[in-house]
Amino acid sequence: MIDIAILEPLVRIAWLVGAVAFVLGLIRMNSPATARNGNLLSAGGMAVAIIATALYLLLRPGGGLGGSLTVGWLIIVVGIAIGGGLGLYTARTVKMTAMPQLVSLFNAVGGGAAALIAIDGYLRISAAPGLQENVATVLDIVIGSITFTGSLIASGKLMGRIPGKPIQIPGGQLVTAALAIIVVVGGIYLWAGNYSLPVMFLILAASLVFGVTMTLPIGGADMPVVISLLNSFTGTAVAMAGFVLENPVLIIAGALVGASGAILTKLMADAMNRSVINIMVGGFGGGDSVAGAVGAEGASVRELGVDDAAIQLAYAQHVIVVPGYGLAVAQAQHAVRELAELLEERGVDVKYAIHPVAGRMPGHMNVLLAEANVPYPQLKEMDDINPEFERADVALVVGANDVTNPAARRAGTPVSGMPILDVDHAKSIVVIKRSMGKGYAGIDNELYTNPKTGMLFADAKEGLASLVAAVKAL
Amino acid sequence: MTPAEISDFLTNFTIFTLAILCGFAVISKVPATLHTPLMSGANSIHGIVLVGSMFIAVAATEPLSQILSLIAVAFATMNVVGGYVVTDRMLQMFKRKPVAAPKPADEPEA
Repeated sequence: MIDIAILEPLVRIAWLVGAVAFVLGLIRMNSPATARNGNLLSAGGMAVAIIATALYLLLRPGGGLGGSLTVGWLIIVVGIAIGGGLGLYTARTVKMTAMPQLVSLFNAVGGGAAALIAIDGYLRISAAPGLQENVATVLDIVIGSITFTGSLIASGKLMGRIPGKPIQIPGGQLVTAALAIIVVVGGIYLWAGNYSLPVMFLILAASLVFGVTMTLPIGGADMPVVISLLNSFTGTAVAMAGFVLENPVLIIAGALVGASGAILTKLMADAMNRSVINIMVGGFGGGDSVAGAVGAEGASVRELGVDDAAIQLAYAQHVIVVPGYGLAVAQAQHAVRELAELLEERGVDVKYAIHPVAGRMPGHMNVLLAEANVPYPQLKEMDDINPEFERADVALVVGANDVTNPAARRAGTPVSGMPILDVDHAKSIVVIKRSMGKGYAGIDNELYTNPKTGMLFADAKEGLASLVAAVKAL
Repeated sequence: MTPAEISDFLTNFTIFTLAILCGFAVISKVPATLHTPLMSGANSIHGIVLVGSMFIAVAATEPLSQILSLIAVAFATMNVVGGYVVTDRMLQMFKRKPVAAPKPADEPEA
Protein backbone atom coordinates (compact mmCIF):
# COMPACT_ATOMS: atom_id res chain seq x y z
CA MET A 1 0.00 0.00 0.00
CA ILE A 2 1.27 3.43 -0.94
CA ASP A 3 1.10 6.33 1.48
CA ILE A 4 -2.06 8.38 0.92
CA ALA A 5 0.11 11.54 1.11
CA ILE A 6 1.77 10.46 -2.15
CA LEU A 7 -1.24 8.80 -3.77
CA GLU A 8 -3.64 11.71 -3.40
CA PRO A 9 -1.44 14.29 -5.18
CA LEU A 10 -0.64 11.78 -7.93
CA VAL A 11 -4.28 11.14 -8.78
CA ARG A 12 -4.96 14.87 -8.69
CA ILE A 13 -2.14 15.51 -11.15
CA ALA A 14 -3.51 12.78 -13.42
CA TRP A 15 -6.94 14.48 -13.33
CA LEU A 16 -5.29 17.77 -14.22
CA VAL A 17 -3.60 16.07 -17.19
CA GLY A 18 -7.02 14.78 -18.24
CA ALA A 19 -8.63 18.23 -17.94
CA VAL A 20 -5.83 19.84 -19.96
CA ALA A 21 -6.26 17.18 -22.65
CA PHE A 22 -10.00 17.95 -22.84
CA VAL A 23 -9.35 21.65 -23.39
CA LEU A 24 -6.52 21.13 -25.90
CA GLY A 25 -8.57 18.45 -27.66
CA LEU A 26 -11.48 20.85 -28.11
CA ILE A 27 -9.08 23.50 -29.46
CA ARG A 28 -7.75 21.02 -32.01
CA MET A 29 -11.31 20.31 -33.10
CA ASN A 30 -11.32 23.80 -34.63
CA SER A 31 -9.94 22.65 -37.94
CA PRO A 32 -11.00 19.63 -39.98
CA ALA A 33 -7.33 18.74 -40.40
CA THR A 34 -6.61 18.44 -36.67
CA ALA A 35 -10.08 17.50 -35.40
CA ARG A 36 -9.53 13.76 -35.33
CA ASN A 37 -6.26 14.18 -33.54
CA GLY A 38 -8.03 16.48 -31.06
CA ASN A 39 -10.66 13.86 -30.32
CA LEU A 40 -7.96 11.24 -29.74
CA LEU A 41 -6.14 13.63 -27.41
CA SER A 42 -9.36 14.12 -25.47
CA ALA A 43 -9.90 10.34 -25.33
CA GLY A 44 -6.33 9.91 -24.10
CA GLY A 45 -6.96 12.42 -21.32
CA MET A 46 -10.08 10.50 -20.39
CA ALA A 47 -8.11 7.23 -20.25
CA VAL A 48 -5.47 8.82 -17.99
CA ALA A 49 -8.13 10.18 -15.63
CA ILE A 50 -10.01 6.88 -15.42
CA ILE A 51 -6.95 4.63 -15.04
CA ALA A 52 -5.50 6.94 -12.38
CA THR A 53 -8.82 6.81 -10.51
CA ALA A 54 -8.84 3.02 -10.72
CA LEU A 55 -5.27 2.78 -9.38
CA TYR A 56 -6.07 5.27 -6.63
CA LEU A 57 -9.10 3.27 -5.48
CA LEU A 58 -7.10 0.03 -5.65
CA LEU A 59 -3.97 1.22 -3.85
CA ARG A 60 -5.64 3.46 -1.33
CA PRO A 61 -4.71 2.42 2.22
CA GLY A 62 -7.72 0.97 3.97
CA GLY A 63 -9.32 -0.16 0.69
CA GLY A 64 -12.73 1.21 -0.24
CA LEU A 65 -14.29 4.33 1.16
CA GLY A 66 -16.29 2.37 3.73
CA GLY A 67 -17.61 -0.26 1.33
CA SER A 68 -16.17 -3.64 0.47
CA LEU A 69 -13.33 -3.24 -2.00
CA THR A 70 -14.03 -6.59 -3.66
CA VAL A 71 -17.70 -5.85 -4.22
CA GLY A 72 -16.84 -2.31 -5.30
CA TRP A 73 -14.40 -3.62 -7.86
CA LEU A 74 -16.85 -6.21 -9.09
CA ILE A 75 -19.37 -3.41 -9.65
CA ILE A 76 -16.81 -1.32 -11.54
CA VAL A 77 -15.59 -4.17 -13.74
CA VAL A 78 -19.06 -5.48 -14.57
CA GLY A 79 -20.40 -1.96 -15.14
CA ILE A 80 -17.53 -1.04 -17.45
CA ALA A 81 -17.90 -4.31 -19.35
CA ILE A 82 -21.64 -3.82 -19.90
CA GLY A 83 -21.51 -0.10 -20.66
CA GLY A 84 -18.35 -0.31 -22.72
CA GLY A 85 -19.67 -3.22 -24.76
CA LEU A 86 -22.98 -1.50 -25.49
CA GLY A 87 -21.28 1.80 -26.29
CA LEU A 88 -18.69 0.21 -28.57
CA TYR A 89 -21.21 -1.93 -30.39
CA THR A 90 -23.75 0.82 -31.04
CA ALA A 91 -21.11 3.40 -31.97
CA ARG A 92 -19.45 1.10 -34.49
CA THR A 93 -22.60 -0.24 -36.11
CA VAL A 94 -24.73 2.91 -36.30
CA LYS A 95 -25.37 4.32 -39.77
CA MET A 96 -24.09 7.86 -40.15
CA THR A 97 -27.61 9.12 -40.86
CA ALA A 98 -28.75 7.72 -37.51
CA MET A 99 -25.86 9.28 -35.64
CA PRO A 100 -27.69 12.26 -34.07
CA GLN A 101 -30.06 9.99 -32.15
CA LEU A 102 -27.13 7.94 -30.87
CA VAL A 103 -25.40 11.08 -29.59
CA SER A 104 -28.67 11.89 -27.84
CA LEU A 105 -28.75 8.41 -26.30
CA PHE A 106 -25.17 8.73 -25.01
CA ASN A 107 -26.16 12.10 -23.61
CA ALA A 108 -29.13 10.52 -21.81
CA VAL A 109 -27.00 7.90 -20.07
CA GLY A 110 -24.40 10.51 -19.09
CA GLY A 111 -27.10 12.64 -17.47
CA GLY A 112 -28.57 9.53 -15.84
CA ALA A 113 -25.21 8.60 -14.31
CA ALA A 114 -24.78 12.13 -12.94
CA ALA A 115 -28.25 12.04 -11.37
CA LEU A 116 -27.58 8.59 -9.86
CA ILE A 117 -24.48 9.90 -8.09
CA ALA A 118 -26.54 12.54 -6.29
CA ILE A 119 -29.42 10.15 -5.55
CA ASP A 120 -27.04 7.58 -4.12
CA GLY A 121 -25.30 10.24 -2.06
CA TYR A 122 -28.61 11.44 -0.64
CA LEU A 123 -29.72 7.90 0.29
CA ARG A 124 -26.54 7.41 2.31
CA ILE A 125 -26.97 10.38 4.60
CA SER A 126 -29.59 10.86 7.25
CA ALA A 127 -29.40 14.59 7.84
CA ALA A 128 -29.18 17.59 5.54
CA PRO A 129 -25.61 17.94 4.24
CA GLY A 130 -23.61 21.15 4.13
CA LEU A 131 -24.84 23.91 1.89
CA GLN A 132 -22.50 23.21 -1.04
CA GLU A 133 -23.41 19.53 -1.16
CA ASN A 134 -27.08 20.25 -0.54
CA VAL A 135 -27.43 22.78 -3.36
CA ALA A 136 -25.37 20.66 -5.75
CA THR A 137 -27.29 17.46 -4.90
CA VAL A 138 -30.67 18.97 -5.71
CA LEU A 139 -29.40 20.64 -8.90
CA ASP A 140 -27.71 17.40 -10.00
CA ILE A 141 -30.86 15.33 -9.45
CA VAL A 142 -33.08 17.88 -11.22
CA ILE A 143 -30.84 18.62 -14.22
CA GLY A 144 -29.61 15.04 -14.62
CA SER A 145 -33.15 13.59 -14.61
CA ILE A 146 -34.50 16.18 -17.04
CA THR A 147 -31.61 15.38 -19.37
CA PHE A 148 -32.13 11.64 -19.03
CA THR A 149 -35.78 11.51 -20.06
CA GLY A 150 -35.55 14.53 -22.38
CA SER A 151 -32.70 13.00 -24.37
CA LEU A 152 -34.46 9.64 -24.58
CA ILE A 153 -37.54 11.35 -26.03
CA ALA A 154 -35.38 13.38 -28.45
CA SER A 155 -33.62 10.20 -29.53
CA GLY A 156 -36.95 8.41 -29.96
CA LYS A 157 -38.27 11.23 -32.11
CA LEU A 158 -35.25 11.14 -34.40
CA MET A 159 -35.49 7.34 -34.64
CA GLY A 160 -39.13 7.66 -35.59
CA ARG A 161 -40.23 5.55 -32.61
CA ILE A 162 -42.09 8.62 -31.33
CA PRO A 163 -43.86 10.78 -33.93
CA GLY A 164 -41.62 13.66 -34.98
CA LYS A 165 -44.46 16.11 -35.07
CA PRO A 166 -45.11 18.17 -31.97
CA ILE A 167 -47.28 16.26 -29.51
CA GLN A 168 -49.54 18.48 -27.50
CA ILE A 169 -50.36 17.05 -24.10
CA PRO A 170 -53.83 18.10 -22.92
CA GLY A 171 -53.25 20.95 -20.52
CA GLY A 172 -49.57 20.50 -21.30
CA GLN A 173 -48.42 23.93 -20.25
CA LEU A 174 -50.31 23.64 -16.97
CA VAL A 175 -48.72 20.25 -16.28
CA THR A 176 -45.27 21.58 -17.11
CA ALA A 177 -45.80 24.63 -14.92
CA ALA A 178 -47.07 22.46 -12.04
CA LEU A 179 -44.01 20.20 -12.33
CA ALA A 180 -41.71 23.22 -12.34
CA ILE A 181 -43.37 24.54 -9.19
CA ILE A 182 -42.98 21.17 -7.44
CA VAL A 183 -39.28 21.13 -8.30
CA VAL A 184 -38.65 24.72 -7.21
CA VAL A 185 -40.64 24.53 -3.96
CA GLY A 186 -39.18 21.11 -3.09
CA GLY A 187 -35.68 22.33 -3.88
CA ILE A 188 -36.02 25.38 -1.66
CA TYR A 189 -37.43 23.21 1.14
CA LEU A 190 -34.36 20.95 1.00
CA TRP A 191 -31.93 23.84 0.67
CA ALA A 192 -33.42 25.37 3.81
CA GLY A 193 -31.71 22.52 5.69
CA ASN A 194 -34.49 19.94 5.83
CA TYR A 195 -33.66 16.30 5.12
CA SER A 196 -36.53 14.44 3.53
CA LEU A 197 -36.39 11.35 1.31
CA PRO A 198 -40.04 11.70 0.16
CA VAL A 199 -39.38 15.27 -0.99
CA MET A 200 -36.23 14.14 -2.82
CA PHE A 201 -38.17 11.40 -4.62
CA LEU A 202 -40.95 13.86 -5.44
CA ILE A 203 -38.40 16.21 -7.03
CA LEU A 204 -36.85 13.27 -8.89
CA ALA A 205 -40.21 12.10 -10.26
CA ALA A 206 -41.27 15.62 -11.22
CA SER A 207 -37.96 16.21 -13.03
CA LEU A 208 -38.21 12.94 -14.94
CA VAL A 209 -41.73 13.78 -16.11
CA PHE A 210 -40.69 17.37 -16.83
CA GLY A 211 -38.03 16.09 -19.25
CA VAL A 212 -40.78 14.25 -21.17
CA THR A 213 -43.33 17.06 -21.23
CA MET A 214 -40.63 19.56 -22.19
CA THR A 215 -39.43 17.56 -25.22
CA LEU A 216 -42.65 15.99 -26.56
CA PRO A 217 -44.22 19.23 -27.88
CA ILE A 218 -41.09 20.13 -29.86
CA GLY A 219 -41.02 19.24 -33.56
CA GLY A 220 -38.52 16.79 -35.05
CA ALA A 221 -36.72 19.47 -37.05
CA ASP A 222 -35.89 21.35 -33.85
CA MET A 223 -34.38 18.27 -32.19
CA PRO A 224 -30.75 19.21 -32.97
CA VAL A 225 -31.13 22.38 -30.94
CA VAL A 226 -32.82 20.44 -28.15
CA ILE A 227 -30.09 17.76 -28.11
CA SER A 228 -27.43 20.44 -27.98
CA LEU A 229 -29.22 22.14 -25.10
CA LEU A 230 -29.56 18.83 -23.24
CA ASN A 231 -25.87 18.16 -23.88
CA SER A 232 -25.15 21.42 -22.12
CA PHE A 233 -27.48 20.37 -19.28
CA THR A 234 -25.61 17.09 -18.85
CA GLY A 235 -22.34 18.97 -18.59
CA THR A 236 -23.86 21.12 -15.87
CA ALA A 237 -25.25 18.07 -14.06
CA VAL A 238 -21.80 16.45 -14.14
CA ALA A 239 -20.26 19.63 -12.74
CA MET A 240 -22.86 19.50 -9.93
CA ALA A 241 -21.92 15.86 -9.30
CA GLY A 242 -18.37 17.20 -9.00
CA PHE A 243 -19.50 19.60 -6.27
CA VAL A 244 -21.30 16.75 -4.48
CA LEU A 245 -18.20 14.54 -4.54
CA GLU A 246 -15.79 17.49 -4.28
CA ASN A 247 -14.02 16.18 -7.35
CA PRO A 248 -12.25 18.85 -9.43
CA VAL A 249 -12.05 16.93 -12.71
CA LEU A 250 -15.83 16.45 -12.78
CA ILE A 251 -16.29 20.14 -12.11
CA ILE A 252 -13.88 21.20 -14.86
CA ALA A 253 -15.07 18.78 -17.55
CA GLY A 254 -18.73 19.37 -16.68
CA ALA A 255 -18.40 23.15 -16.80
CA LEU A 256 -16.46 22.94 -20.06
CA VAL A 257 -19.25 20.94 -21.70
CA GLY A 258 -21.95 23.08 -20.11
CA ALA A 259 -20.42 26.18 -21.69
CA SER A 260 -19.75 24.54 -25.06
CA GLY A 261 -23.28 23.17 -25.28
CA ALA A 262 -24.75 26.57 -24.50
CA ILE A 263 -22.72 28.27 -27.25
CA LEU A 264 -23.52 25.55 -29.78
CA THR A 265 -27.21 25.71 -28.94
CA LYS A 266 -27.27 29.44 -29.54
CA LEU A 267 -25.36 29.11 -32.83
CA MET A 268 -27.78 26.47 -34.09
CA ALA A 269 -30.84 28.45 -33.09
CA ASP A 270 -29.39 31.60 -34.70
CA ALA A 271 -28.78 29.77 -37.96
CA MET A 272 -32.46 28.78 -38.01
CA ASN A 273 -33.45 32.33 -37.13
CA ARG A 274 -35.15 31.20 -33.94
CA SER A 275 -34.58 31.90 -30.32
CA VAL A 276 -33.88 29.03 -27.96
CA ILE A 277 -36.86 30.05 -25.84
CA ASN A 278 -39.09 30.06 -28.90
CA ILE A 279 -38.04 26.48 -29.65
CA MET A 280 -38.48 25.29 -26.09
CA VAL A 281 -42.00 26.71 -26.00
CA GLY A 282 -42.54 24.32 -28.90
CA GLY A 283 -45.44 23.51 -31.12
CA PHE A 284 -44.21 25.53 -34.10
CA GLY A 285 -42.65 23.04 -36.45
CA GLY A 286 -44.29 20.18 -38.32
CA GLY A 287 -41.55 17.66 -37.68
CA ASP A 288 -40.78 15.11 -40.33
CA SER A 289 -44.04 15.33 -42.22
CA VAL A 290 -43.52 16.09 -45.89
CA ALA A 291 -47.23 16.05 -46.69
CA GLY A 292 -48.87 18.33 -49.20
CA ALA A 293 -50.26 17.88 -52.69
CA VAL A 294 -48.24 18.53 -55.82
CA GLY A 295 -48.83 22.01 -57.19
CA ALA A 296 -50.48 23.63 -54.24
CA GLU A 297 -51.81 27.17 -54.20
CA GLY A 298 -49.93 30.27 -55.30
CA ALA A 299 -48.09 31.15 -58.47
CA SER A 300 -47.47 28.50 -61.09
CA VAL A 301 -44.40 26.32 -61.07
CA ARG A 302 -42.58 24.87 -64.05
CA GLU A 303 -42.22 21.12 -63.97
CA LEU A 304 -39.07 19.69 -65.47
CA GLY A 305 -38.53 16.24 -66.98
CA VAL A 306 -35.57 14.09 -65.99
CA ASP A 307 -34.03 14.31 -69.48
CA ASP A 308 -34.27 18.10 -69.61
CA ALA A 309 -32.64 18.37 -66.21
CA ALA A 310 -29.90 15.94 -67.24
CA ILE A 311 -29.10 17.96 -70.37
CA GLN A 312 -28.90 21.19 -68.37
CA LEU A 313 -26.49 19.61 -65.91
CA ALA A 314 -24.35 17.77 -68.45
CA TYR A 315 -23.72 20.82 -70.63
CA ALA A 316 -23.11 23.26 -67.80
CA GLN A 317 -19.67 24.53 -66.82
CA HIS A 318 -20.34 25.29 -63.20
CA VAL A 319 -22.86 23.36 -61.12
CA ILE A 320 -23.57 24.02 -57.46
CA VAL A 321 -25.36 21.28 -55.54
CA VAL A 322 -27.50 22.44 -52.62
CA PRO A 323 -28.17 19.43 -50.37
CA GLY A 324 -30.75 19.72 -47.60
CA TYR A 325 -32.78 17.91 -45.00
CA GLY A 326 -34.63 15.91 -47.66
CA LEU A 327 -31.36 14.45 -48.93
CA ALA A 328 -30.42 13.36 -45.43
CA VAL A 329 -33.83 11.77 -44.84
CA ALA A 330 -33.73 9.92 -48.19
CA GLN A 331 -30.10 8.89 -47.49
CA ALA A 332 -29.23 10.07 -50.98
CA GLN A 333 -25.66 11.15 -50.23
CA HIS A 334 -24.14 8.35 -52.31
CA ALA A 335 -26.47 9.07 -55.23
CA VAL A 336 -25.52 12.75 -55.26
CA ARG A 337 -21.81 11.90 -55.22
CA GLU A 338 -22.31 9.50 -58.13
CA LEU A 339 -24.04 12.22 -60.14
CA ALA A 340 -21.32 14.74 -59.29
CA GLU A 341 -18.55 12.34 -60.36
CA LEU A 342 -20.32 11.65 -63.61
CA LEU A 343 -20.58 15.38 -64.30
CA GLU A 344 -16.95 15.94 -63.41
CA GLU A 345 -15.92 13.27 -65.90
CA ARG A 346 -17.65 15.39 -68.50
CA GLY A 347 -15.61 18.40 -67.43
CA VAL A 348 -18.27 20.10 -65.31
CA ASP A 349 -17.04 21.95 -62.23
CA VAL A 350 -19.15 20.74 -59.26
CA LYS A 351 -19.30 22.31 -55.82
CA TYR A 352 -21.57 21.78 -52.84
CA ALA A 353 -23.19 24.68 -51.00
CA ILE A 354 -23.61 23.73 -47.36
CA HIS A 355 -25.97 25.81 -45.29
CA PRO A 356 -25.01 25.86 -41.61
CA VAL A 357 -28.14 23.94 -40.62
CA ALA A 358 -28.36 21.62 -43.63
CA GLY A 359 -29.15 18.05 -42.65
CA ARG A 360 -30.28 17.19 -39.18
CA MET A 361 -27.61 19.03 -37.27
CA PRO A 362 -25.12 21.76 -38.08
CA GLY A 363 -22.26 20.09 -39.89
CA HIS A 364 -24.24 16.87 -40.32
CA MET A 365 -24.38 17.34 -44.09
CA ASN A 366 -20.58 17.54 -44.25
CA VAL A 367 -20.37 14.25 -42.39
CA LEU A 368 -22.90 12.56 -44.67
CA LEU A 369 -21.20 13.79 -47.83
CA ALA A 370 -17.79 12.91 -46.48
CA GLU A 371 -19.07 9.42 -45.77
CA ALA A 372 -20.05 9.19 -49.43
CA ASN A 373 -16.44 10.16 -50.33
CA VAL A 374 -17.23 13.64 -51.58
CA PRO A 375 -13.84 15.44 -51.50
CA TYR A 376 -13.77 17.87 -48.60
CA PRO A 377 -12.51 20.86 -50.68
CA GLN A 378 -15.69 20.67 -52.81
CA LEU A 379 -17.84 21.43 -49.77
CA LYS A 380 -18.28 25.18 -49.50
CA GLU A 381 -19.74 27.03 -46.57
CA MET A 382 -22.49 29.54 -47.11
CA ASP A 383 -20.40 32.72 -47.02
CA ASP A 384 -17.84 31.29 -49.42
CA ILE A 385 -20.27 29.93 -51.98
CA ASN A 386 -22.89 32.69 -52.08
CA PRO A 387 -20.87 35.01 -54.40
CA GLU A 388 -20.33 32.04 -56.74
CA PHE A 389 -24.00 31.41 -57.47
CA GLU A 390 -23.99 34.24 -60.06
CA ARG A 391 -21.44 32.32 -62.13
CA ALA A 392 -23.18 28.97 -61.71
CA ASP A 393 -24.97 27.67 -64.80
CA VAL A 394 -27.15 25.32 -62.78
CA ALA A 395 -27.94 25.17 -59.09
CA LEU A 396 -29.23 21.70 -58.19
CA VAL A 397 -31.34 21.86 -55.03
CA VAL A 398 -31.88 18.44 -53.43
CA GLY A 399 -34.31 18.39 -50.55
CA ALA A 400 -33.50 21.87 -49.29
CA ASN A 401 -36.32 24.32 -48.78
CA ASP A 402 -36.40 27.20 -46.30
CA VAL A 403 -32.64 27.81 -46.51
CA THR A 404 -33.09 28.75 -50.17
CA ASN A 405 -36.20 30.94 -49.83
CA PRO A 406 -35.54 34.47 -51.14
CA ALA A 407 -38.42 35.67 -48.93
CA ALA A 408 -35.88 35.65 -46.09
CA ARG A 409 -34.37 38.83 -47.54
CA ARG A 410 -37.64 40.72 -46.98
CA ALA A 411 -39.05 41.72 -43.65
CA GLY A 412 -42.28 40.32 -42.29
CA THR A 413 -42.10 36.62 -43.19
CA PRO A 414 -41.46 33.74 -40.78
CA VAL A 415 -38.03 33.23 -42.34
CA SER A 416 -37.06 36.91 -42.43
CA GLY A 417 -33.49 37.52 -41.45
CA MET A 418 -32.52 33.87 -41.72
CA PRO A 419 -29.24 33.55 -43.60
CA ILE A 420 -29.97 31.84 -46.93
CA LEU A 421 -28.07 30.47 -49.88
CA ASP A 422 -28.37 32.80 -52.89
CA VAL A 423 -29.62 29.98 -55.10
CA ASP A 424 -31.86 32.36 -57.07
CA HIS A 425 -28.75 34.13 -58.40
CA ALA A 426 -27.81 31.09 -60.47
CA LYS A 427 -28.55 31.18 -64.21
CA SER A 428 -30.80 28.17 -63.94
CA ILE A 429 -32.19 26.20 -61.03
CA VAL A 430 -33.24 22.56 -60.79
CA VAL A 431 -35.12 21.52 -57.67
CA ILE A 432 -35.56 17.86 -56.75
CA LYS A 433 -38.42 17.63 -54.31
CA ARG A 434 -41.11 15.11 -53.46
CA SER A 435 -43.96 17.56 -53.62
CA MET A 436 -44.86 21.20 -53.20
CA GLY A 437 -45.10 20.52 -49.47
CA LYS A 438 -43.98 23.38 -47.32
CA GLY A 439 -40.75 23.48 -45.45
CA TYR A 440 -40.26 23.70 -41.77
CA ALA A 441 -41.27 27.37 -41.60
CA GLY A 442 -44.62 26.47 -43.15
CA ILE A 443 -44.52 29.04 -45.97
CA ASP A 444 -44.27 28.85 -49.77
CA ASN A 445 -40.78 28.98 -51.19
CA GLU A 446 -40.59 31.81 -53.73
CA LEU A 447 -37.65 30.05 -55.34
CA TYR A 448 -39.99 27.42 -56.78
CA THR A 449 -42.10 29.97 -58.62
CA ASN A 450 -39.04 31.75 -60.04
CA PRO A 451 -39.17 31.55 -63.87
CA LYS A 452 -35.59 30.24 -63.87
CA THR A 453 -36.58 27.25 -61.73
CA GLY A 454 -37.59 23.83 -62.97
CA MET A 455 -39.13 21.37 -60.51
CA LEU A 456 -38.26 17.68 -60.71
CA PHE A 457 -40.81 15.96 -58.51
CA ALA A 458 -39.19 12.86 -57.01
CA ASP A 459 -37.76 11.40 -53.86
CA ALA A 460 -34.19 12.69 -53.52
CA LYS A 461 -32.61 9.27 -53.96
CA GLU A 462 -34.78 8.16 -56.89
CA GLY A 463 -34.57 11.56 -58.56
CA LEU A 464 -30.78 11.55 -58.41
CA ALA A 465 -30.60 7.95 -59.59
CA SER A 466 -32.75 8.75 -62.62
CA LEU A 467 -30.58 11.81 -63.34
CA VAL A 468 -27.48 9.61 -63.23
CA ALA A 469 -29.08 7.21 -65.70
CA ALA A 470 -30.17 10.08 -67.96
CA VAL A 471 -26.73 11.73 -67.98
CA LYS A 472 -25.10 8.39 -68.78
CA ALA A 473 -27.48 7.94 -71.70
CA LEU A 474 -26.55 11.30 -73.24
CA MET B 1 -20.80 26.59 6.99
CA THR B 2 -17.45 26.56 8.70
CA PRO B 3 -14.63 28.76 7.37
CA ALA B 4 -12.93 25.64 6.02
CA GLU B 5 -16.09 24.62 4.12
CA ILE B 6 -16.46 28.12 2.73
CA SER B 7 -12.86 28.03 1.59
CA ASP B 8 -13.36 24.63 -0.09
CA PHE B 9 -16.50 25.81 -1.77
CA LEU B 10 -14.79 28.94 -3.09
CA THR B 11 -11.93 26.86 -4.48
CA ASN B 12 -14.39 24.62 -6.30
CA PHE B 13 -16.46 27.56 -7.46
CA THR B 14 -13.35 29.28 -8.83
CA ILE B 15 -12.46 26.17 -10.84
CA PHE B 16 -16.06 25.94 -12.06
CA THR B 17 -16.21 29.58 -13.18
CA LEU B 18 -12.86 29.51 -14.99
CA ALA B 19 -13.77 26.23 -16.71
CA ILE B 20 -16.99 27.81 -18.00
CA LEU B 21 -15.07 30.78 -19.42
CA CYS B 22 -12.57 28.38 -20.94
CA GLY B 23 -15.41 26.45 -22.62
CA PHE B 24 -16.85 29.63 -24.10
CA ALA B 25 -13.47 30.70 -25.46
CA VAL B 26 -12.60 27.35 -27.00
CA ILE B 27 -15.95 26.65 -28.60
CA SER B 28 -16.68 30.00 -30.18
CA LYS B 29 -13.80 29.50 -32.62
CA VAL B 30 -15.11 26.27 -34.16
CA PRO B 31 -16.49 26.51 -37.75
CA ALA B 32 -20.08 25.43 -38.40
CA THR B 33 -19.01 22.40 -40.43
CA LEU B 34 -17.53 20.81 -37.35
CA HIS B 35 -20.45 21.49 -35.02
CA THR B 36 -21.89 17.97 -35.08
CA PRO B 37 -18.56 16.24 -34.39
CA LEU B 38 -17.87 18.88 -31.79
CA MET B 39 -21.18 18.29 -30.04
CA SER B 40 -20.43 14.60 -30.04
CA GLY B 41 -16.89 15.23 -28.77
CA ALA B 42 -18.16 17.42 -25.95
CA ASN B 43 -20.75 14.74 -25.24
CA SER B 44 -17.94 12.22 -24.68
CA ILE B 45 -16.12 14.57 -22.32
CA HIS B 46 -18.99 14.61 -19.83
CA GLY B 47 -18.47 10.85 -19.66
CA ILE B 48 -15.88 11.85 -17.04
CA VAL B 49 -18.82 11.21 -14.71
CA LEU B 50 -17.43 7.66 -14.78
CA VAL B 51 -14.76 8.80 -12.30
CA GLY B 52 -17.49 9.85 -9.87
CA SER B 53 -19.42 6.64 -10.49
CA MET B 54 -16.33 4.58 -9.58
CA PHE B 55 -16.03 6.44 -6.29
CA ILE B 56 -19.63 5.71 -5.31
CA ALA B 57 -19.23 2.07 -6.37
CA VAL B 58 -16.30 1.55 -4.00
CA ALA B 59 -18.10 3.34 -1.18
CA ALA B 60 -21.35 1.37 -1.61
CA THR B 61 -22.40 -0.77 1.35
CA GLU B 62 -26.15 -1.20 0.91
CA PRO B 63 -27.48 -3.45 -1.91
CA LEU B 64 -29.54 -0.52 -3.26
CA SER B 65 -26.46 1.64 -3.37
CA GLN B 66 -24.54 -1.12 -5.12
CA ILE B 67 -27.23 -1.45 -7.77
CA LEU B 68 -27.41 2.31 -8.32
CA SER B 69 -23.65 2.57 -8.65
CA LEU B 70 -23.55 -0.38 -11.06
CA ILE B 71 -26.07 1.39 -13.30
CA ALA B 72 -24.12 4.64 -12.97
CA VAL B 73 -20.82 2.97 -13.95
CA ALA B 74 -22.45 1.21 -16.93
CA PHE B 75 -24.21 4.41 -18.10
CA ALA B 76 -21.06 6.51 -17.76
CA THR B 77 -18.88 3.96 -19.58
CA MET B 78 -21.37 3.81 -22.42
CA ASN B 79 -21.17 7.60 -22.62
CA VAL B 80 -17.35 7.57 -22.71
CA VAL B 81 -16.71 4.65 -25.06
CA GLY B 82 -19.62 5.23 -27.43
CA GLY B 83 -19.04 8.97 -27.51
CA TYR B 84 -15.38 8.83 -28.48
CA VAL B 85 -15.83 6.02 -30.98
CA VAL B 86 -18.74 7.66 -32.81
CA THR B 87 -16.92 11.02 -32.86
CA ASP B 88 -13.85 9.35 -34.30
CA ARG B 89 -15.98 7.71 -36.98
CA MET B 90 -17.40 11.09 -37.96
CA LEU B 91 -14.01 12.79 -38.05
CA GLN B 92 -12.41 9.96 -39.96
CA MET B 93 -14.59 11.01 -42.85
CA PHE B 94 -13.08 14.46 -42.99
CA LYS B 95 -9.81 12.90 -44.06
CA ARG B 96 -8.50 14.76 -47.08
CA LYS B 97 -7.75 13.06 -50.29
CA PRO B 98 -3.96 13.35 -50.76
CA VAL B 99 -4.41 15.75 -53.70
CA ALA B 100 -5.84 19.05 -52.58
CA ALA B 101 -5.27 21.10 -49.48
CA PRO B 102 -6.64 24.56 -50.27
CA LYS B 103 -5.24 26.53 -47.36
CA PRO B 104 -2.33 24.55 -45.93
CA ALA B 105 -0.99 27.67 -44.21
CA ASP B 106 -3.90 27.55 -41.75
CA GLU B 107 -3.07 24.14 -40.45
CA PRO B 108 -0.40 23.44 -37.90
CA GLU B 109 1.70 20.36 -38.49
CA ALA B 110 -0.20 17.38 -37.14
